[in-house]
Amino acid sequence: MSTSYKTIARDGLWDNNGVFSMLLGMCPSMAMTTSATNGFGMGVATAVVMAASSWLVAVFRNRITQEVRIPVYILIVAAMVTLVDLAMNAWMHELYKVLGLFIPLIVSNCLPLARLEAFAAKQPALPAFLDGLFMGLGFTLALTVIGAVREITGNGTLFADASLLLGPAFKAIELRLLPADMGVLMMILPPGGFLVTGLLVVAKRMLDLRAGKEIQMSGAHGVA
Amino acid sequence: MNAPPTALPDPVAPPTRSLMHGVILGAFCLGFGMLLAITDRITVDDIAARAMEDKQNSLSQVLPATMHDNNPVTDTLALKNAHGRELTVYRARKDGAVTAVAYEIFGTGYAGEMKLMMGIDRDGKLLGVRVLAHKETPGLGDKIEVKKGDWILRFDGLSLGNPPLERWKVKKDGGQFDQFAGATITPRGVLAAIRSGLEFFAANRTILLETKR
Repeated sequence: MSTSYKTIARDGLWDNNGVFSMLLGMCPSMAMTTSATNGFGMGVATAVVMAASSWLVAVFRNRITQEVRIPVYILIVAAMVTLVDLAMNAWMHELYKVLGLFIPLIVSNCLPLARLEAFAAKQPALPAFLDGLFMGLGFTLALTVIGAVREITGNGTLFADASLLLGPAFKAIELRLLPADMGVLMMILPPGGFLVTGLLVVAKRMLDLRAGKEIQMSGAHGVA
Repeated sequence: MNAPPTALPDPVAPPTRSLMHGVILGAFCLGFGMLLAITDRITVDDIAARAMEDKQNSLSQVLPATMHDNNPVTDTLALKNAHGRELTVYRARKDGAVTAVAYEIFGTGYAGEMKLMMGIDRDGKLLGVRVLAHKETPGLGDKIEVKKGDWILRFDGLSLGNPPLERWKVKKDGGQFDQFAGATITPRGVLAAIRSGLEFFAANRTILLETKR
């Protein structure tokens, strides 16, 4: 088991990015990206859950039999989501008021489950933890970019309300790039989610092609 | 059917094997169930305290602190509104006498129900209206939120007779309140909610303002 940590990080963040390469987790990618801040929040919450559940599955990988593995994975993901939900509600309440809405949705995201099955079930605890973490961070990156494009084109702002999520210090990154009422409302509505996600998938593949990389489509084939 | 599924398995093994799977799954359920139960026990008091603070925050926006010396969150009264819906009324008191009340009002927006909190003083004058929850379109209907615009503040100080009932509508419907560009249904829903809230106050005035607890 000598998957290098650098490969894990590269895979998660770019080469095998959950959204742009594997096309997994499409529901939160489109539903939660009406602004860059929302996308970022959803991504971070997902990353925490993915890192924790990947680690747990790897620790117990020799105890979980083939026949009951899927229910056990779902149980672990659901338990981690509930744990994060309760802990944030109690001790990080300001953050919870912004993110709380998104957290239960992580259970219905197929990206964590796909990584548990494809990676964590066969790897020792540390690589599995890192894979969950970097896949989650790649997911965060993708959602933030989708959210940013939709927010700029649809509303003319970038990172609006970031200070509600990250604290008053981040007031400075709340930008207005276009005058009010210049935005194309459709970009914030559901069609905008499909358009932006599709165009960004194309953009990533063009970048990869230009760099002479083989296009990875593992997710589209492996997990329907 | 030239390739039947693997030959009949050993007659003894399957029950034991499926028993083992059941035990594994059961053990995981038990373990994680316990973990969740423990977390719930640890967090339950903190979560209740946070919920109380949230309620206090939303009430303090519609019941000015100068109007009461009690804690309206715990001074409540349950009443049914005109639609038979149970409402919790929060009472603000000074020296025992009710100076103002606050309660939730409901309106139908573009994307379902909107929940608002409304504060009203004993003369029936609005102290404030705030949106608690809605599913309106971001960038359009969400201008009813106080942090996205001051539209919702225009109702402060108004009452059922001021303006007269038939003017409590958006301009498009012949009333006196601006809708916002591209969204008429949301403000219309908010206005209907406020109107019903004012009527609720008029209908229950004596019960609402009773001094006894």
